[in-house]
Parts: sequence; C-alpha cells; structure tokens
Amino acid sequence: MTIIVSRKETFWDKIYLPALAIGLKVTIKQFYRTLFRGESTTIQYPEQKRIYSQRFRGEHFISVDANKTENCTSCYLCQTVCPAECITIIAEERPAEENPYGVRKEKRPARFDIDALRCCFCGFCEEACPKDAIKLSRNYEMAKLTREDTIYDLDHLKREVKGRG
Amino acid sequence: MTLFDIIALLLKLVFVLAVVLNAVPVVIWFERRGSAWMQGRVGPNRVGPFGLLQPVADVIKFIFKEDFVPKEASKFYYHVAPMIAAVAPFAAFAAIPFGSFLAIGGQQVPLQIASLDIGILSVLAFAGLEVYPIMLAGWASNNKYSMFGALRGSSQMVSYEIALGLSLVSMLLIYGTLNLTEMVVYQDQLMFGFMPRWGIFLNPIAFLIFLIAIFAETNRLPFDLPEGDAELVAGYHTEYGATKFAMFFFAEYVAMIMASSLLITLFFGGYALFPGLETVIAGIAGALQLSPEWTQNIRAAFQVAGFIFKVGCMMFFYVWVRWTFPRFRFDQLMNLGWKILFPLALVNLLFVALVIAWMGG
Ligand code: SF4
Ligand code: SF4
Repeated sequence: MTIIVSRKETFWDKIYLPALAIGLKVTIKQFYRTLFRGESTTIQYPEQKRIYSQRFRGEHFISVDANKTENCTSCYLCQTVCPAECITIIAEERPAEENPYGVRKEKRPARFDIDALRCCFCGFCEEACPKDAIKLSRNYEMAKLTREDTIYDLDHLKREVKGRG
Repeated sequence: MTLFDIIALLLKLVFVLAVVLNAVPVVIWFERRGSAWMQGRVGPNRVGPFGLLQPVADVIKFIFKEDFVPKEASKFYYHVAPMIAAVAPFAAFAAIPFGSFLAIGGQQVPLQIASLDIGILSVLAFAGLEVYPIMLAGWASNNKYSMFGALRGSSQMVSYEIALGLSLVSMLLIYGTLNLTEMVVYQDQLMFGFMPRWGIFLNPIAFLIFLIAIFAETNRLPFDLPEGDAELVAGYHTEYGATKFAMFFFAEYVAMIMASSLLITLFFGGYALFPGLETVIAGIAGALQLSPEWTQNIRAAFQVAGFIFKVGCMMFFYVWVRWTFPRFRFDQLMNLGWKILFPLALVNLLFVALVIAWMGG
C-alpha cells in the first residue's frame, strides 16, 4: 500500500532559493568546523589510529607459557568448531625430554595452520579452546604481499603479543 | 603605436597570463581541500605544505601518461578540440579591465589588455566558443557516452546563453554602454551615500539569472550534465587522457575564472574599490608625501588586488555550490532554462526598460 502525503508548497518552497540557502549554510558550517576547529571525521591513518574495543577480533595468536611452549594441546576443538574450516592441525606426541610438564602437555601440534583468507573472524575457536591457547588479537593490519603469507603457521601464531595486542 | 605602448601591452599580457595560469592550480587545490573540509574530511595534504603541490604532481602525472588516441576517432577534430577549449577562455580575458590605469612617466597605461568599445560583446563571443570543443570532442571520440555528453552540453549552453544574454541586456540598459571600463566607472560611486552603486543592488534579478546561467555555461555542478560522471563516465572527455585531458580540465577552470571576472565586472563593481578604501589610499599618500602620479599607481594596485579578491570570493562560491547541491536531471535543467529563467529575464528586461524610460534616462 502506498500512502501519498501531499504537502502544500508555499511560494517560497516553489522558488527553491531559501532551501538552497539552507543547504549552503549546512556545508559552510561543516567547512568552518573542519577547517578551524579540526573536527574532521576522517583521520590520517598510518600516523593516527582508531582505538578499537578490547573485544575486537583481529589476527590470531597462540598463547605461550613461561618456557615459550604453546598452551595448545591439539585437542582439535577449534578445528571442529570453525565454521570456515580454515584451521588445520596435525598432532604429535611431545618428546619426553622436551616435556617438563609430564601428563599436562603430552600432546602438541606438529603443524597448526590458519588460512586467514578463509577465516571469518567469528571468534568461535577462541570460545571453544579449553586451554585458552588460541586467541584473537586486536591487530587489524593484516595485509600481506603474498597468498602464502596469509596462512599463519605455528611460528607466526606463537609470536609475542602483549595483552590482547 | 609607440614602443612604450607595445612594451606595456606585452607586460600586461604576461601579467594576466601568469596570474590566470597560477590561479588555476590554486583553485584546483582549493576544490579538493575545500570539498574535503565541507565534507568533514582532511583532503590531500601530503604533497608539499598543506598539499599545495598536489596540482603540480597531477600535472607531472598527466604529462608522463600515455597519449592514447582511440582507433576509430576522427583524428583531426580529436586533437583540435582540447586546444580550442584551452585557448577560448583566455582570449575572453582580453577585454576585462582589472584596474583603472597606471601612470608611468606622464603616460597612462590602462590596466586592460584591449580597451574595446564593444568589450562585453567580444567577451561573450569568446565565451560562446566554449561550446565548440565540447561538441567536437564528443563527436570526434566516437563513443556513445561522449556523444551524449556533447549533445547535452551543446543544448544546455545554447539554452542558457539566452537567459544570460537577456539579463545582460538589462544591465546594458542601466549602464548605457558596451564598454566594460565605463561600466566599472559607473559602478564606482555611492548610492544613498553609503551603498556602492553595484549592479547587484541595481538589478538583483538580473544578477540571479546571470549567476545561474554562468553555472550552466561553465558546466559546473549543479549543471554538470555534459560530464555527469555518474551517468556518462566523464561525458564529452571520456576518451581523452594525459595532456589532452589536462587541457580540458584546465580550460574548465580558466572558463570559471573568466566567468567570475565578467560577473564581478558587471555586478560587483569590477575593480572599483570598496567604499572607504579611498580614504586609506589618501592616508598612505599623505603619510608618504607621494606625488599624484604615485598615488594613482597605489590606487591601481589596490584595485587589482581588490579585483583578484572579488574573483577569489566568486571561485569560493563556485566550489561551495558544487559541494552542496546535487545534479539536475536533464528535463529539469531545460525546464529551468526555458520556462523559468527565460520568461523571468524577459519580464525583468521589460521592467528595467520601463523604469529607465520613466526616469527619462
Ligand atoms: S575466528 Fe572463526 S573462522 Fe576464524 S579460525 Fe576461529 S573459528 Fe575459524
Ligand atoms: S588451540 Fe585450543 S582448541 Fe585448538 S587444538 Fe589447541 S587447545 Fe585445542
């Protein structure tokens, strides 16, 4: 159903000029604000950055303990829950001599790849992880030069991230 | 013509050319940064201080780009169109006075390249030439978008030239002359003791019509249908690139400056000083004990600066309007031109003629 609301146009509406003047006023106001009060909406990006919320979901990382051993125990929960199917884990047993933790960290990922081009940054992996190993940092600058670089391997994931990045 | 006259003429030519050529990049710079400011953005600010060198970077880019000619284009007209576009608005500057005169060694040098008795007609003739590059470019590029742009451009310019001409005729009746310098002299007086006797106060309706018409003549938004980038890619210069595109681009701005100068001369007193400045000049002359000759020279300098200032304000207005209003639809444009501006200009002309006849002028 269409509702037609007709509006009575006065003489001043019909000659448009007052409306034009109002339009000009809007832009000159914005001009003044941006130029003299520095209230521009955009920022000088690489130098200035926006502050995102603490819960922002950006580039993944895997948390490590004091010995730089990853907390991940290859339980495959994240790989299972991932809706984009972009996590590939190959598990193996941690050699006894490298494992001062005993039963706690018997299993480890031999490979842990995340295809960032497929990832939809839903954060389910982070939710699913029983070890709080995989996390999403706040880094949103993820541009890479080659496709290969966008597949994050274990070395990349274990990089040092302070807080949530 | 003595040697003195020839040298003075050449210097004036160089002066006008230099000022206009250098004004174009500044206007383009302002078009970008001003538009950014009006939209709450920062705008280009990386090249040079405040981004002032951005137009220079653009020019360098244009020069080094590949000079591409479409295979099916009509070569001769394709090449000639941007040249006409760049030259025509410059020629129109010849008759526009930008100051009264300089007094050098007992001789008077009028600050106007060609002091013509039919000044306004020659300006209009050269301004009218601007429709040719659009038609030629659109036709010669052999591209449907260019063709549409050219069709729109020529019909728009021809339609608005009528309203423009009629509003002009009413001003000519008031001034009683075709000579632009005499018009300025007429406006360089006070009305009611305080208001400058500018055309805009004498005949505001003609001013409005003239203003709208020059927006259409220079293809500026809200009347930029020949380019109409949302519909026609780039309109008549779709097929142009590199230096030839730069020439069109450049011509557009020169035409805007030219149209503003004409508008200033007709309606804002041209180079006539703002009321009160005469006292300042007298004060300077008195303080420095200047001879009448040098006082006149200082006055001329003030006049040139004032003229440039007025044109600058007008250019600001151009940019301001461009970033405020949306584009007209083509039928609306024609409606406005033929059904509103044309009758309005006629009635206004009749009214002015009757008033002048009644006052016995
Ligand atoms: S954020 Fe979502 S899509 Fe990306 S890896 Fe984790 S679960 Fe998969
Ligand atoms: S990152 Fe967490 S959920 Fe994924 S395999 Fe390792 S421990 Fe399991």
